[in-house]
Amino acid sequence: MENVGLTEPAGVGENPLTEGLERLPVHPTTLVILGATGDLARRKLLPALYNLAHEGALPERFHLVGSSRSELSDEDFRKRAAAGVREFSRREVDETVLDALLASARYVSGDLDDDGLYARLGQVLDAHDAEADEPLHRCFYLATAPEFFPVVIEALGARGLNARENAQVRVVIEKPFGADLEEARELNARVLDVFEEQQVFRIDHYLGKETVQNVLAFRFANGMFEPLWNRNYIDHVEITAAEDLGIGLRAGYYDNAGALRDLIQNHMLQLLTLLCMEPPNSFSADAVRDEKVKVLRAIAPPPPQEAVRAQYTPGAVSGDPVPGYLQEDGVPDDSTTETYAALRLQVDNWRWAGVPILLRTGKRLARKVTEIAVTLKPVPHLAFDSEGSVGPQPNQLVLTVQPNEGVTLKLAAKIPGSRMRIRPVNMEFLYGTAFLSQSPEAYERLILDAMRGDATLFTRNDEVEAQWRICDPVLRAWCDSSEPPVGYAAGSQGPAQADALIDGAWRAI
Amino acid sequence: MAEVVDSVWSERDTSPGAIESALRGLVIEHTRKHAGTMPARALNLVSVVDARWSGEIANRLGMVGRLAPSRNVVCKVEPGRETIDARATVSGLEGGRKGVATLRETVVVSVGERHLEHLDTIVDPLVVTDVATVVWSPHGHPEAVDALLPLTQAVLLDSRDEPDPVDALARVGRLAQDTHVVDLSWLRGTPWRERVAAAFDPAARRADLATLDDVTVRHRADSAVAALLLAGWLATRLGWRVSGLSRRGDGLAGHARSHRGEVAVRLEPEPDMTAPGLCGVALHSASGAGVALRRGAGGLEMARTDRSGRERTWTVLGASRGEPGILGEGLRQALLRDGTFAAALDAARGMAA
Repeated sequence: MENVGLTEPAGVGENPLTEGLERLPVHPTTLVILGATGDLARRKLLPALYNLAHEGALPERFHLVGSSRSELSDEDFRKRAAAGVREFSRREVDETVLDALLASARYVSGDLDDDGLYARLGQVLDAHDAEADEPLHRCFYLATAPEFFPVVIEALGARGLNARENAQVRVVIEKPFGADLEEARELNARVLDVFEEQQVFRIDHYLGKETVQNVLAFRFANGMFEPLWNRNYIDHVEITAAEDLGIGLRAGYYDNAGALRDLIQNHMLQLLTLLCMEPPNSFSADAVRDEKVKVLRAIAPPPPQEAVRAQYTPGAVSGDPVPGYLQEDGVPDDSTTETYAALRLQVDNWRWAGVPILLRTGKRLARKVTEIAVTLKPVPHLAFDSEGSVGPQPNQLVLTVQPNEGVTLKLAAKIPGSRMRIRPVNMEFLYGTAFLSQSPEAYERLILDAMRGDATLFTRNDEVEAQWRICDPVLRAWCDSSEPPVGYAAGSQGPAQADALIDGAWRAI
Repeated sequence: MAEVVDSVWSERDTSPGAIESALRGLVIEHTRKHAGTMPARALNLVSVVDARWSGEIANRLGMVGRLAPSRNVVCKVEPGRETIDARATVSGLEGGRKGVATLRETVVVSVGERHLEHLDTIVDPLVVTDVATVVWSPHGHPEAVDALLPLTQAVLLDSRDEPDPVDALARVGRLAQDTHVVDLSWLRGTPWRERVAAAFDPAARRADLATLDDVTVRHRADSAVAALLLAGWLATRLGWRVSGLSRRGDGLAGHARSHRGEVAVRLEPEPDMTAPGLCGVALHSASGAGVALRRGAGGLEMARTDRSGRERTWTVLGASRGEPGILGEGLRQALLRDGTFAAALDAARGMAA
């Protein structure tokens, strides 16, 4: 056969080889993890990097640089990193890939406020560039305690590590981004004094979860829901992030943070924005984030009577007695930190006006579940006799984020028999039953996106501040209050006081 | 993921209606006994296999793990068989850390050659409606594949199974006119396509794509189709005009024409290669720059030569998927679409002719 397939080459500037590829190339990169011997790195970041390496998703040239205060050699760091990967990787480790991943890994020890640390980091980064004979992109991952975020950012700037000719420099900042609105503004100002906004990736790992992203697919790829998705049909929304565990060994962090800062200010408000945002005109980072910010700006901070805080007291979990929060190791006897928080919010815009949006989160609740439950208004008139049955209940759509990722629609159906009796039934869809592939861990997706420069699943500066603007007055009111948090028994559904926020009853956890 | 329990039904000289009824009963019985289990509903796989090799095929499918089809209909072809026997199994699979237990259903239907021409009338009642159906016939039986085409959304095949690359590519081309084809030989090239694309992705290197003048693809002797498809992909993505390659030694060689001039194309078998598929790709441009990728420990060994002739080498990370991984990927790809395959196939056929 002769002369098959003559076509014009793709336009100048495009890479014609990337079309149709499921995995797009990522520019050669050196990733620096600051806080590389910490728990986050060991449990999440290093296993995520291994899994990306296993799948061939890392850039063709990739170097890892770890940094922390511990005095370690490169070899010590490689051994620790390998142990973390073997313990926490979601897949069985291929030792040849792990060896290859860590072969070029370097370790730089030092205090985060020591300028010498950054000088040494710069030398290692320059050495990797020299070896590659080109400037590699640089990505600094701040997995340190939050009080060091501004210290690190300013030190990177002072050393000139915030920019590189012919390469991109990016910084990934873990949560919490500030402890209140003022701190968040101050941190944003200090970060943006050194980096451009497009270099900054404020991570909220919930956004890296497949099921969270699927909220967007569910809303904007299914025509059947859009006509119902407004105040005319939706009665109220409940967003729940419940944990059955206590605080474990995290008393030091948790007692300073509390439930509102730990989950509502970031993860749960992000879920709310995805649920309530208008369709963006594209799925570019700024188009999506513009719409999310609009939602946050339409939410007023709740008045004191629409915010409940509580602390778990001794109770039972899995049949065994467990201590209350104040009896946990490391918690001060007089702590007023909330381990449960619930808010009743309103999104004051055309679509959502008047629809209560209820958020609740807590430790030591009856079970672990994260879900969004959208309850529709009841039918206007019911011709059926409910005698002898539960009777119809309002339709409810439940998007479960974890642990059983899926969607459930509660419908009314006739009970078999000669009478017209109705009871609710569930139409259920579970991700595990419908897709062949396994979801990657959130950190895998987010690390790759950060290296690629795609900020769609990261929180922008104005988003963070808008989130704090909602939560800050609540935190101040609680701080100023002489009333201690109310109690709820460990292993229960939470405090009875939260029932006052909802017209009716909360969904059972 | 461990299997926790099976429910089994079998019958000799049975009918599709009886099998379907039994399957429905097994699923209801199983979910009643084991609350919390849900039938998986991702993919029907209809395999047509020679009875003497059915164990090997079952082993291969058993190794794809989570990527296993949710309903697996195995048509076991026994020479001279006149009646239909069937055995249906419903297995509950533990959901691992996610906690969801899913059911997988397997039906093994023993048929004779006489059944193949109308195999669709046997299989149709056995597949889950509204779930994608994929046909895989690794031992030939083209009449069975033809009969099943109206039921299917995709055909899974491995061009490596066909001894002659020209025939193999022609077969894929014929099937691709009627349905979505997933060729495992194409999937064996996926990491190579990704890495070649990445090698030229930095803006400074993209210009070298226009001046490529030499391409060599090395492959296992039985995997010439994988090499042809990779060369075909490059040709279509870069706008080259292709023509038939000639036999040179054990391999193929010839030229394609780019907008700048001739591109030498060589496909060379590697005698020492153990795994099916590709083992190396080398691309050189008129500027003197080039990249070469070879299989290595922990990934692919990359060698990049700059315009001055200086070479740098390193490892591009990635685990070998192995043949079970390739088959699993084939099942996953049956639910997706790769828009570059058809053009690459046409170009590969042009070079193989």
